[in-house]
Amino acid sequence: MKDDNTPTAPKRITAKNMTEKEFFYGHKACAGCGGSVAVRLALKVTGEKTFAAFPAGCMAAVGFIYPQMAFRNNAIITTFPGVASMASGISVGAKALGLKGYKTVAFAGDGGTADIGLQALSGMIDRGDDVMYICYDNEAYMNTGIQKSGLTPYGTHTTTTPAGKNFPGSKTQKKNLFEIIAAHDIAYAATASIGYPQDYINKVNKAKQVKGPSFIHVFASCPTGWGSPTHTSIELAKEVVDTGLFFLAEYENGSFKLNKNPKAFKDIPTYLQKQGRFKHLKEEDYKLIEEHRDMKWERMRRNWKHS
Amino acid sequence: MNRPTKQNYQRPTHIDDFPVGPQFEAGHLADTNAGWRTFKPVIDHEKCINCLICYLVCPDGTIIKTETKPDVDYDYCKGCGVCAHECPKDAIEMVKEQR
Repeated sequence: MKDDNTPTAPKRITAKNMTEKEFFYGHKACAGCGGSVAVRLALKVTGEKTFAAFPAGCMAAVGFIYPQMAFRNNAIITTFPGVASMASGISVGAKALGLKGYKTVAFAGDGGTADIGLQALSGMIDRGDDVMYICYDNEAYMNTGIQKSGLTPYGTHTTTTPAGKNFPGSKTQKKNLFEIIAAHDIAYAATASIGYPQDYINKVNKAKQVKGPSFIHVFASCPTGWGSPTHTSIELAKEVVDTGLFFLAEYENGSFKLNKNPKAFKDIPTYLQKQGRFKHLKEEDYKLIEEHRDMKWERMRRNWKHS
Repeated sequence: MNRPTKQNYQRPTHIDDFPVGPQFEAGHLADTNAGWRTFKPVIDHEKCINCLICYLVCPDGTIIKTETKPDVDYDYCKGCGVCAHECPKDAIEMVKEQR
């Protein structure tokens, strides 16, 4: 990796000094939508000079309802698997036109990133195109009606993995998307959660300075798909980090770093029972989830830098 | 207010009235979201410490920063209640809409 790719410490953006302009406003997302928090905050950090690309997914469905246009910056809907390649094209096109100070940002959900868009994303990172890729992870294909994706955790009730007598819902664990992206030797990759908005803003701000591909995996709740009350969106996204089922980490200069290394985890069943999609789980399922979490954390603590 | 507002939308009658491309210009809002609400957030400015957590976590960006304490844009608030739930001082109350 070249040294000029290393992100420098940018000026800190907080709620107080953040621009008052809204770039994602008047959209038709469900009340309490976590994905729109992720998109809104990211666009506020990258600013007006942003080219945003959205694959067929919730954010495309709620932002571009003719004659309404909820985005205030340049935004485009792409094919489902091609958001990364479209963003590559935009970024290279902007360069060819000699546009200065612009950033191309691709926003895709967990399905559009970890399953359908993975090939294009891999190619984008490989080519080293100047794109920030943000994956907002609500743990299923929400826009099409809550189908299981590669990032759906064990025991989730979705329409394609219905929970019943024989199955506890989804039988697979979350894909290690962050590690897959980091394995490309990307200049900057991070995981974040909308439950920790300041941390997320800092990471977007850092990724913005990178000249080349950068990736942020942000956990975003979905009240509609999760069967949780709309007002708990942020609470759940915070709790998932506190229980250890999701982690905050960064990858830069070839090494991993855990940003948050809690001494004790919060109780997993309390977090799961707040959501309709986990209501059916039994003791043995909790145990399985906990074992998987401990296995993952043991590995992360052993191999990654942490405080 | 540094936000797009509702514009008067008239159905195009002639082909020249249609936008060039598939959309109108950025920030073109044809209607409001106020009808989605059953509860609306009311900020108690006495209790509020202007920490702006509600401003950060609002999915719709309807909390408006002002010189003193934040306000709400009721045209686009959907009444999800995230702001009231996350407020560290319990300064936001969800009040049932009277229609």
